[in-house]
Amino acid sequence: MHISNGIIDGPVAAVFAALALAALTACVLRGRRDLDDRLAPMAGLVAAFIFAVQMLNFPIFTAGVSGHLLGGALAAMLVGPWVGALCVAVVLVVQALIFGDGGVAMLGLNITNMALLGTAAAYLLIAVLLRVLPRTRAGLAVTAFVAALLSVVVASQGFVVEYWLGGTTDLGGNLAGLAGTMAGVHLLIGIGEGLITATTVLTVAKVRPDLVYALRALPTPAVPAVGVSGGVR
Amino acid sequence: MKNRSWAFLAGGLLVALLLAGVVSNYASSHPDGLDSSLLKGCTVDADDNIVGGSCPAQQAREHELGDSPLADYGVRGIRNSFVSTGLSGVLGVLVTFAIGAGGFWLLRRRGDASTRGDDTADGTSSTGDATAAEGATGDAVTAARHTS
Repeated sequence: MHISNGIIDGPVAAVFAALALAALTACVLRGRRDLDDRLAPMAGLVAAFIFAVQMLNFPIFTAGVSGHLLGGALAAMLVGPWVGALCVAVVLVVQALIFGDGGVAMLGLNITNMALLGTAAAYLLIAVLLRVLPRTRAGLAVTAFVAALLSVVVASQGFVVEYWLGGTTDLGGNLAGLAGTMAGVHLLIGIGEGLITATTVLTVAKVRPDLVYALRALPTPAVPAVGVSGGVR
Repeated sequence: MKNRSWAFLAGGLLVALLLAGVVSNYASSHPDGLDSSLLKGCTVDADDNIVGGSCPAQQAREHELGDSPLADYGVRGIRNSFVSTGLSGVLGVLVTFAIGAGGFWLLRRRGDASTRGDDTADGTSSTGDATAAEGATGDAVTAARHTS
């Protein structure tokens, strides 16, 4: 979902660069509270893993369209929303500065959509879903899948808003058409995002449950989950 | 950090290196969701190049660093595309990990009471994990609750 140079005009891109910088500064300040000796290397690993999986474009439905992981939901799950947004931002900066992927002038827009909007939407959903769903592997899987899927759609609509503000082609008033196309395609890409996120989170929860931030940070339901007795057995 | 954390990090990095170094060669090369949405109104050939019509994607401009040695996920000078893509992926994973882990390590809070508390938490988590390993796999999630 990387915006190339020339798609959004310069002034709007500059405004979003400033916005993104301010938001990332807030993430650093707030994220430091989460960053301890254990989370710091883990967050580096999450960034490296997201970089790797972003290379793996998977085909969706017909007509030569592909999609790839954005990673906001995965990062939010494993290292929390603040550090998670920073992880995705690190990936986007490396891609723009070293791999020529996503314009350097468009970096603020891309960070806003994928690192900020995607991660924020995902974490809000995670916080709600983990509270209402049972604390089982199935509950965790559904949480990861749904949060990941919808976070991709939210990120895609971030682009639509940016295009409305500074798109370089006159759509002839048909912004709704672009919004619909983007939402539809990214609903399908979101299924892939959901599957990858759920699989990864379940794997980490199985090997090292203490490394899943969302399970540590979010309060547990008042009613003990059914699994408790089994866990102590 | 405990040895188990080093093992997890090493394992995770290995998976990332394999994905970026090998599996990346089997990725789809078609335009992604955003690029394809911007192609609406244009007709494209088999290689996804625009051959006619009018669409937002035509406004796209050159990347500022398009001639970087690793531009477009390939290593300049390496003809074999499998090696070129794989090597660029491996370098990307290592650079991202170095910047990420290094940056987060510098930013981490240290030396206060809560850090000492984490050492205790590490010990507890081992117990929690052992319990989870003995119990049904479904209980791994519950075990995490005990650690926090």
